[in-house]
Amino acid sequence: MSEKQRLHLHVPEPEFRPGDKPDFSNVTIPKAGSVRRPDVDVSPEEIRDLAYSIIRVLNRDGNAVGPWADLLSDDELIKGLRHMMTLRAFDARMMMAQRQGKTSFYMQHLGEEAVSTAFQCALEKGDMNFPTYRQAGLLLAQDYPMVKMMNQIYSNEEDPLKGRQLPIMYSEKEYGFFSISGNLGTQYIQAVGWAMASAIKNDTKIAAGWIGDGSTAESDFHAALVFASTYKAPVILNVVNNQWAISTFQGIAKGGSGTFAARGHGFGIPALRVDGNDYLAVYAVAKWAAERARLNLGPTMIEYVTYRAGGHSTSDDPAAYRPKEESDAWPLGDPIERLKLHLISKGVWSEERDLQTQAEIKDTVLAAQKEAESHGTLHSGGSPSAREMFEDVYKEMPPHLRRQRQEAGI
Amino acid sequence: MSRMTMIEAIRDAMDVMMGKNDDVVVFGEDVGYFGGVFRCTHGLQEKYGKNRCFDAPINESGIVGAAIGMAAYGLRPCVEVQFADYVYPAYDQIVSEAARLRYRSAGDFTAPITIRMPTGGGIFGGQTHSQSPEAVFTQVSGLKVVVPSNPADAKGLLISAIEDDDPVIYLEPKRLYNGPFDGHHDQPVTPWSKHEMGEVPDGYYNVPLGKAKVTREGADVTIIAYGTMVHVAEAAAKETGIDAEIIDLRCLLPLDEETIIASVKKTGRCVVVHEATLTSGFGAELLSRVQETCFYHLEAPIQRVTGWDTPYPHAQEWAYFPGPDRVSRALKQVMEA
Repeated sequence: MSEKQRLHLHVPEPEFRPGDKPDFSNVTIPKAGSVRRPDVDVSPEEIRDLAYSIIRVLNRDGNAVGPWADLLSDDELIKGLRHMMTLRAFDARMMMAQRQGKTSFYMQHLGEEAVSTAFQCALEKGDMNFPTYRQAGLLLAQDYPMVKMMNQIYSNEEDPLKGRQLPIMYSEKEYGFFSISGNLGTQYIQAVGWAMASAIKNDTKIAAGWIGDGSTAESDFHAALVFASTYKAPVILNVVNNQWAISTFQGIAKGGSGTFAARGHGFGIPALRVDGNDYLAVYAVAKWAAERARLNLGPTMIEYVTYRAGGHSTSDDPAAYRPKEESDAWPLGDPIERLKLHLISKGVWSEERDLQTQAEIKDTVLAAQKEAESHGTLHSGGSPSAREMFEDVYKEMPPHLRRQRQEAGI
Repeated sequence: MSRMTMIEAIRDAMDVMMGKNDDVVVFGEDVGYFGGVFRCTHGLQEKYGKNRCFDAPINESGIVGAAIGMAAYGLRPCVEVQFADYVYPAYDQIVSEAARLRYRSAGDFTAPITIRMPTGGGIFGGQTHSQSPEAVFTQVSGLKVVVPSNPADAKGLLISAIEDDDPVIYLEPKRLYNGPFDGHHDQPVTPWSKHEMGEVPDGYYNVPLGKAKVTREGADVTIIAYGTMVHVAEAAAKETGIDAEIIDLRCLLPLDEETIIASVKKTGRCVVVHEATLTSGFGAELLSRVQETCFYHLEAPIQRVTGWDTPYPHAQEWAYFPGPDRVSRALKQVMEA
């Protein structure tokens, strides 16, 4: 009898850790414009390759090329640039406010601004997003009042969520923005349920679910794909692959499979993989998926290949788990710089106008911040009433809560 | 009035609500074409169409998560989890999502969903078809928890649950589906069709959530029970001849403390009965409340009669089930103290 081989456990490791020199030259980045644009009623089997490629529109020179280009007017693109710049400026101020102790926590979008801002432009009024904590661009792209977001971040007396939620866990039904949980992945299947409801009522609205690369490992990701596939729900299933789940690289969630997008194919769901730092490409695939949903053709999965240039939140230091230079070495560049270059090369934008706009946005953000702070910050000034703690647990307060509120003396 | 089994009463409640409100949808494992493994949704798909009553994939988290999304849209889903023992994969969706959605969004979104599930043992279901997990829900702020003990209540409570604007866990004691089982497993059970408690009002009516019912008036001891144990308690009271007052809680959360306090203050003695395990069971909560509010009226230590702190066994089912003999023993003990 031959000797049995001893087994060993495989634990994937990222290519680079602190101290390594990041080098992404072995990563294949398809040329902009090189990936075909299928009809929206294509069968998933015919586009399997698109789950392994990357749809890109903007090339190195800032030109929009290929079949996914030319969907947005110059004015719309300038608006898009402003949305991304606003999100970045907003983040910068709120990161600082957190460092100053004005709130407990913050999560920024640095490097990922294109994903949520461009996506939102493919939706219509009445559609519903089920976001994660890194899609505030869905609100800002609708010119949502920044001061309201800041009131929430500060948990002040004007906080629409009455001080109950961790900063940035917004909820805004009117703007198609479902309440952010803070638990991971739960919203993905809820998005599918919302879309099923729209179909049950023969409505015309569609839903969009959001999840990060790390949370695709959650069981609810699988639940969402099964339900979306079974009922052909009018939903767009977005996976934002920003390479890092806190300190865990995407390979821990992805395992041996080729891409996150490819998981859609296991469920018969058409899947696209897109350059998440390319505003035009993000918009184009979102529009494609939205059209499929509206035509009752069912769900689409989209993987946005991007990079989380900042920390996961204000509570972690990325230098502890990845090389500092990795962000700069990332081959897909910066979404704002890329759109800016495109607009300049088109002759509809300039460095001067860019600086002017930056200053303008900074002023707007500062004014909003000032207004928000006049209503208080987490530890000073106006704060939500302690009574609010007992409200909204149920529609009507049951006797035991009324008694406890009395006991608390509020 | 019609004579109905508890299964028929539950189905009738869904039928009434689906007829009354287009936003009520019913789904779960095997509930569509087949009508549910216990037949509770039989005929609903045929009557209301596949849009309103349909089969779901075997994924409890998916069933509840999808229901939450539907509720956020504006529907009023009433979903079935095939056995309460299968609810755990949905626990996160129930506890972290449905229960807190109103609170965390300050009323921007709500989750008016009903989650039905057969609970309890007595059918030789072994450890995965017999559990009574009510206590894992009664600890959750934002949920309501209902356990009916007879067909009329089952219908009225389910209608209230579906109409309620907050999420409701609706536990159906499966041993009561066909008749009022009193724990005497070696004796035949009178089917609901031949029992006066099988009378169910026709059409729409509701039984409010949070209101207990005194099912037997008595002067000597208060038995607090719910679900199957209401009938076990009744048998024990009869067999011992002790003048027991029996409270059928019907709804564990919110709890009708007023009815409990009034009764215990009157009798001065209390026995709490449930089928679920003892440690950290809902009985512990009931004991605390009675102690806090009725201490100076108590003549004897409060007793608990519950399932043992073991998994629910298969062959040893009747050694596990807290039957009338154990309840009788507890009644005698509190009377002698």
